[in-house]
Amino acid sequence: MSFYGVELKSRLLLGTARYPSPKILGEAIQASGADVVTISLRREAGPERAGQSFWSLVRSLGVRVLPNTAGCHTVREAVTTAHMAREMFETPWIKLEVIRDEDTLQPDVFGLVEAARVLSEEGFEVFPYTTEDLAVADRLVEAGCRVLMPWGAPIGSARGLNNVYGLKALRAHFPDIPLVIDAGLGVPSHAAAAMELGYDAVLLNTAVAEAGDPVTMAKAFALAIEAGHMAFKARPMEPRDMAAPSTPTIGRAALGD
Amino acid sequence: MRIYVNGDQHEVEPGTLAGALDILGYGGRKIATAVNGRFVAASLRPATKLAEGDKVEVVAPMQGG
Repeated sequence: MSFYGVELKSRLLLGTARYPSPKILGEAIQASGADVVTISLRREAGPERAGQSFWSLVRSLGVRVLPNTAGCHTVREAVTTAHMAREMFETPWIKLEVIRDEDTLQPDVFGLVEAARVLSEEGFEVFPYTTEDLAVADRLVEAGCRVLMPWGAPIGSARGLNNVYGLKALRAHFPDIPLVIDAGLGVPSHAAAAMELGYDAVLLNTAVAEAGDPVTMAKAFALAIEAGHMAFKARPMEPRDMAAPSTPTIGRAALGD
Repeated sequence: MRIYVNGDQHEVEPGTLAGALDILGYGGRKIATAVNGRFVAASLRPATKLAEGDKVEVVAPMQGG
């Protein structure tokens, strides 16, 4: 699997927020096997050095960084944040979030497409956090995105795949664009289900960070993602309405009266 | 001259963004900057003059999803 020409071993991308401690964050990243972690930019207070120690930890883990524009509500904020991230992390990758609604953290897809166009033209490699809407996805690809990241459900909601039909349609519509389920998953079976639909990868944060044991949960998600991907490649059978005996009926002993 | 850094008011001598960041203790840190909502690259901080009332944002790597 590759994003913008970069080959990755793991199909799990992991967020770095909300862990009980930096130590558990580090262990969870290692247990997940993730090659890519998401990271944000926040105000650094003068006397504190919180950002600096966090950055040392991430660097020590040897993972690739996907900076985000979390919390941005306008195209201008997102574009400025992307520029700051590119300089800071020396990467053209940007997880583009332009949020519209505070309750659902639903993306402002109009602002998203506009910001994606501006950033793609400026040489960024954009990973847009979007909905499963086909027309929006088409506009994002038109704008230069070569990865799409539809939500499974609202960020941090742990609801799983809210619209399996829409996600299937998106997969069918974009067979050659890497598709990543970003947000809303709660348990490994959600991730396996996404992979069984043929999604290329899964981006997680809260489901791991807020589990009782984040390190074990990271490993559980990694296994589920691998299993789901393997199942997709093995071409699952289609569901049907009626039973079909799995044991052959021919050669059955006649034991009735 | 009065400027705002990450929303807090500071009194600094007229000068550049690089100068103000040094005085405020950001020297040598992994940060990125914007002035009045516009990104200012590290290489341009020494040449970026600050004016009364400027709003400076200083960000660092932070946990994110």
